[in-house]
Amino acid sequence: MTVVIGYLPSKQGEAALSHGIAEAAARRTGAVIVNSPRRGATVDAGLIDGEASATLVARAAASGVRATVDQAPHGSDIVGVFASAVERTGAELVVIGLRHRTPVGKLVMGSDAQRLLLELDVPILAVKEPRG
Amino acid sequence: MDFNAFLNGFDVVLEPQNLWYCLLGVVIGMLIGVLPGLGPAATIAILLPITYTVDSISAIIMLAGIFYGAQYGGTITSVLLRLPGEASSVVTVFDGFALAKQGRAGTALGIAAIGSFIGGTVSIIGLSLLAPAVASFALDFGPAEYAALALLGVLLVSTVGSGNRTKALIAAAFGLLLATVGRDTFTGAERFTFDSLNLTDGLDFVPIAMGLFGVGEILYNLEERHGKVHAPAPVANVWPSRKDLRQSSGAIARGSGIGFGLGVLPGGGTVLSSLVAYAVEKRRSKTPERFGRGAVEGVAAPESANNAAATSSFVPLLTLGIPANATMALLFGALLIQGVQPGPQLVDQNPDLFWGVINSMYIGNLLLLVMSIPLVGVFVRILRVRPAILAPITALITLLGAYTINNQVFDVVLVIVFGAVGYLMKKLGFEPGPLVLAFVLGSMIEGETRRALRIFEGDPTGFLTRPISGTILAIVVAVILYPLFRRLLGRRTRETDDTREAVHS
Repeated sequence: MTVVIGYLPSKQGEAALSHGIAEAAARRTGAVIVNSPRRGATVDAGLIDGEASATLVARAAASGVRATVDQAPHGSDIVGVFASAVERTGAELVVIGLRHRTPVGKLVMGSDAQRLLLELDVPILAVKEPRG
Repeated sequence: MDFNAFLNGFDVVLEPQNLWYCLLGVVIGMLIGVLPGLGPAATIAILLPITYTVDSISAIIMLAGIFYGAQYGGTITSVLLRLPGEASSVVTVFDGFALAKQGRAGTALGIAAIGSFIGGTVSIIGLSLLAPAVASFALDFGPAEYAALALLGVLLVSTVGSGNRTKALIAAAFGLLLATVGRDTFTGAERFTFDSLNLTDGLDFVPIAMGLFGVGEILYNLEERHGKVHAPAPVANVWPSRKDLRQSSGAIARGSGIGFGLGVLPGGGTVLSSLVAYAVEKRRSKTPERFGRGAVEGVAAPESANNAAATSSFVPLLTLGIPANATMALLFGALLIQGVQPGPQLVDQNPDLFWGVINSMYIGNLLLLVMSIPLVGVFVRILRVRPAILAPITALITLLGAYTINNQVFDVVLVIVFGAVGYLMKKLGFEPGPLVLAFVLGSMIEGETRRALRIFEGDPTGFLTRPISGTILAIVVAVILYPLFRRLLGRRTRETDDTREAVHS
């Protein structure tokens, strides 16, 4: 039983990470930090390098949580990466960050968060970045 | 050298329109230098139709800027991501990426920019001095000399360049074959036209180049899109220390010299010169074991060399009218589109263009030096654009451009056909460069040979008795025989070959 945390180097990603680690610590389980780059581009700004992922693992360890980083790339849909992470680890909770998106933006680009909320079978904790 | 004409060249460059096109060219060059896959040849091919509507000097200034600008850009990805943006930056990867891993990416980029600037500038000065001299010498050339020279050009490009020699020769032969399509210029007989009116005037250079380089590269890159994804690399402290500068000054000087020399040779070009400069630096060094582990010289030498070569490869084009490599073949095509016949007469007949283009390189190099260091971060951002988005846009521009040349659908079909050919060639390990070059030079070889034979009244020994064409043909024979000699001596030199392979791979 673990907690799957969706992470990107952004405010929302940080919020998801800190809440995810807190949840994992409270449930006394491990955590899988999903940092999935989009396939195709040469550089993905959301991808973290080895050094940064070691820092994340250390941060989790400081709260007593054993974390691993999963960097499987995704194509046009990110749900598959989360679904397989959940299936592989038998996770009981998924933590993701939410950001505000205008209705038009959502119409054009869609929303990864919405797809995750609708399609994953485990409970999902959606976190917003701290205000102010 | 006509000093007034040289100064007038600066007058031409400093016109706002030309300055603007120079800036545009170097920025585009740098961008596509950063993008792996899309090389300067492809970009120039795609942009050829645009030059129809632009003043000839501005057009050539822009296209030249793309070529040498790409040499700067290619370094950035070599250093930061271990991905050579251009073939000429492949060797920069070894030491550049090693430096980046030590947190000295900024130093590597700074040294590369300074080396490129010095290499480029040294080479332009060489070009300014050498080009008029070569041109005045070449004024004595007749049809026999041109035929021999073009033959030598085709041969050198297919043998000297990196890659498989047999495949390059096959590609060149195919290019020569394509050059024969169309109505014979002397007798008017139709050859390989299959009664098609579109083929009567022969195949046009532009759609062939756009297909082989443009569409072919796009298709080939689409296949490779599922490569590894990289995390963005941080760049800090771009200014190299005084110690780094002192350490690399010798390498920059030697690299510039090597680049200038090899760039002038047909088939030499940027790739070969960067390889040679790196190998020379490694051999000269008292501590060769530092190479590959982050030696600044290992970045400085190839980067100075490829820029110097990019510049000096203009010498044969502007003075003899013979393109030295595939990119120069495209510029040759661009000049022809503008109704300018490159050759020894260019200096006298069109001094504005000759000196305008050469002097624009001083300005262009300065622009690149100023831009390259502060804008590294911006350029790296381009890599976030996925090929799945970039490729359709480029393909659309290419096909639209092909249509606008003559407003003929046949040209578009030609681009697509040659795009498929180019894709298959790349996939099977053939380089499209020799094909395009042989196509350009093929009609020259044929036309000049027949013209010469008429002058000699059908006596082929005339080629050998004229001193200049005789010498050139002797070099042709030497180039053909050299690989055979090497094979005979092969066993003895196997070991040195192995070390060279190690450098190449």
